Parts: sequence; C-alpha cells; structure tokens
Amino acid sequence: MDKILEIKGLTVKKFHHKIIDDLSFTLYKGETLAVVGPNGAGQTTLFQAITGLTDYEGEVIWAPNLKIGYVPQRFYVDSDLPLTTEEFFKLKNAKNSEIEDALNSVGLLQRVGHIQSPNKHILKNLLGELSGGELQRVIIAWALIGNPDVLLFDEPTSGVDVVGEETIYETLNKLKEKTGMTIVLISHELEIVRKYTSIVLCLNKEKVCYGPPQEVFTKKTLDELFGRGASIYHHEHHH
Amino acid sequence: MENLLFLTIVGGFVAAASAYVGSIMVLKRMSLVGDALSHVALPGIAIALSLNISPILGAFTALTLAVLGIWYLEKNSDNYPEALVGIFFTASLAIGVLITDELDLLEALFGDIEKIGYAEGLVTIIISIIVSFVIYKIINKLIIGVISEELSKAQKININIVNLIYLLAVGVIASLGIKFVGTLLTGALVIIPAVAAKNISRSMKSYFLTSVTFGILSAIIGIPLAYVLSLPVGPIVVITCVIIFIITYLFKKPS
Repeated sequence: MDKILEIKGLTVKKFHHKIIDDLSFTLYKGETLAVVGPNGAGQTTLFQAITGLTDYEGEVIWAPNLKIGYVPQRFYVDSDLPLTTEEFFKLKNAKNSEIEDALNSVGLLQRVGHIQSPNKHILKNLLGELSGGELQRVIIAWALIGNPDVLLFDEPTSGVDVVGEETIYETLNKLKEKTGMTIVLISHELEIVRKYTSIVLCLNKEKVCYGPPQEVFTKKTLDELFGRGASIYHHEHHH
Repeated sequence: MENLLFLTIVGGFVAAASAYVGSIMVLKRMSLVGDALSHVALPGIAIALSLNISPILGAFTALTLAVLGIWYLEKNSDNYPEALVGIFFTASLAIGVLITDELDLLEALFGDIEKIGYAEGLVTIIISIIVSFVIYKIINKLIIGVISEELSKAQKININIVNLIYLLAVGVIASLGIKFVGTLLTGALVIIPAVAAKNISRSMKSYFLTSVTFGILSAIIGIPLAYVLSLPVGPIVVITCVIIFIITYLFKKPS
C-alpha cells in the first residue's frame, strides 16, 4: 500500500507544555483514520502540525505532490457578512461545474424528480445565513474544490444539526467510496468511529492505541484514554 | 469652474479608492482603527513643515510607521489591542496639534483642496488607481482571511504579507485623502461609504460596487456643493457621506 503520511517522533509544545509527546504513526492511501481522545488531548494540534500551521519537533512526511483539503473546526460566520455561498466558492476560483460536483458530493443538491440542480437557496444565500449543518457541508464542499487526495476533517464538538436523511459521516463515507480519497477525522463519537473508520488513533498527548476500531476499542484502552467508566462497551461485562 | 471640475474628478478618484480599501477594513472590524489611524498623520505633517519638506510626504511617513505598528500588534498579539491603538493614535493627534504651526493647523486638520495643482492632481489619480489595483489583486485572500484565519492558512496564504500590503495601501490612501478632507476626516472617507454599503448589500459584488459608488457620490456632490455654499470642502464631503449612510440605514435589510 502507498504511504500517504508518515509521522515520526512528533512533539508539539505550546507555552512550554507538551500538547503532543513523541507521536509516531503511518497512514496509507484510502484509509479513513479517526483521531479520538478526550477534549484538549491534542487532536486539533495534531492537524495544525501536519498541515504546517504550527511549529513542531520530529518528522512529518507527506507523499509527494499531495493535495490536502482541510475542514477546520472553529468556524463562525457573521450573519451580516455580505458574501453569498456562490461567492465563497468563487474565492477559490471554482468553476460552476466544480461547485456543482462538490455540492453533489456533500448532499446539497436539490432533487426535482430525476433532475438534480444546485440548491439555489444555498448558493444565493449569505454564507452567514446557512444553518450549522448546511455551513459545515458547504465548508467540506469548499475543501473538495480542486479534488484533494486527503481530506482532514475536524469535527465540531457541538452545534451541528442534521440536514436531510444523511449524516455528515454517511456523506464522507460515500465520498470516499466515490473518490478513493484518504480521510483523517477528529471525532468525539466513538459509535460513529466504529461504524465508519478503518483505523483509529487514540490520542491523549501520546499514542494510547492504534489500529482497527474493533481491535483497539477494548475496555482497557478506553479507560486509559477517557478515564474509568467511559467505555462504549459498558454493558458487555454484565454476566 | 474648470478647476472645480478637475478637483471634483480628482476627489472622486480618491474617494472611490478610499471606499474600496475601506470596505475590507469594515469587514475586518477595524473601523475604529481606520479612523484613528488618520490622526497619526498630523505630527508627521508638522515635522515635515518644520523641516521644509512636503507635508504629504510627512503624513505618509507617519502613516507608514503607524501601519507597521498595527501590523506588528495584529501579528504578535492574540487579543487585538484595539483600545491601545486608539489611545496611541489620539495621543499623536494631541501632540500633533501642539507642535503644528497655528497657521498650518487648520489646513492640516481639515484639508485645503484649493492647494491641489494639476500635476499633483494627476499624480493623485494615478496613485488611487494603482492602490485600487493592488487591493483588487489580493482581495480574495483578504476575504478568506476575514472569514477564517485557519482557512486561509490551510490555503497556504501568507496572511501576514497580505495584511501588510493591505495596511500599506490604507496608509497611502489616507495620505491622499488628507489633502481633501484633512487628518481629522480622512478616516471618514475610508469607513462611512463601506458601512453604508454594508447596510444594503446582500453579496460581496454589490457591497464593493455600492461602497465605491457612495464614495464617488460624496465627492461629486460634496465638492461642488461646498463651492456653491462657500464652505470648507472636507466637512461638506463627509456630511454628504453621513447623509448617504443615514438613508441606507433607513433601508437596512432586516436581519
């Protein structure tokens, strides 16, 4: 399998505190990697380090000529910012057909009978007037412009509503099946991680576990990661 | 009358460029800084006059230094210390008033459009066009930066350089405006057309267009009006601008 990303001895310090301590792992093409851990365990910092947004020690080696799409977590748009969704895409010099494809990929196309057309309400509306769920899909679609090989997705901890029948994860899953894209996501929902991802990295400053979810999600590792009693398998041990 | 037409055209160009630059400043929520910034020009003018060099050059130097200061604070501080900038800039206004020769003070504070000759007017038009072009070239990057700093970093946009170019453009435009409306009011030409345009715009395109249109309107209504009424140009142009703002406020889209 092709290596997409190799991380060796990654350490990130902020104000003399180690946020990430000596982390190493390798990511292969086509994998969906979920980074899980308690709040503040360094997941977002990991993203910042691998995208070069923050200083770090150690090695971050991307495969050559890779295009990376990044969906940041914190994203609040003023409701009176005079910018339509269409103009938001045009900031990236996106063509109309590219915008349509990207919106289709994130489930924001209007279906009228058999004809699909871009949702006029979404394109012509101000970016700041979209609902939380719509905005998040639009930001994913924005990251998809230019067909990235890797999508980094920082899941918001709250404030996202469910639009339509699909969850964001079903959307990402379809996207992956369609494009063969490698996805790295930070998630707080262990059930979802179990359902949709191939590899899990448990991060609590350092690597607590790494591997397929069914193997690494044991009571022991989850206790180690989140503290005792936080297991998703909490009914398993009743006999 | 011929002179009036020329001055109105020059004023229109400066006002248009100011409004264009200002529309980003309003989106960046730097309106107060934009206004206070222009006050820094006064000590620069005073020092230039006492050294017998062009006051506009003095204003430009002072503004450039102030802009570099803002840029540094923006870059190196997590909480943008807007209040600190306000204090520093009003302090330089106070010092400027004290060190400016009384004869020149009124002109420096409120501008004197009559002093603008043909050559100077043409240079002003050319600089306005160049500054607008530079802003046009970086406008997408500036807007992405306004939406989310993380997003612009992820796009590999060097936000520090983009911000520096932008702030230098603000400094140049504010120096041009000083000849028209003076150090006290040049900030108004930058901020008010954009705030008025924001009241009624529902897209970026219409926001820029209306902002620039309002800037031009305040110049081509304000300058001749001041002549007809024999009143100083600066305050009349700014009041025209404010009236446009009040009208747009009444038509403000409900949010």
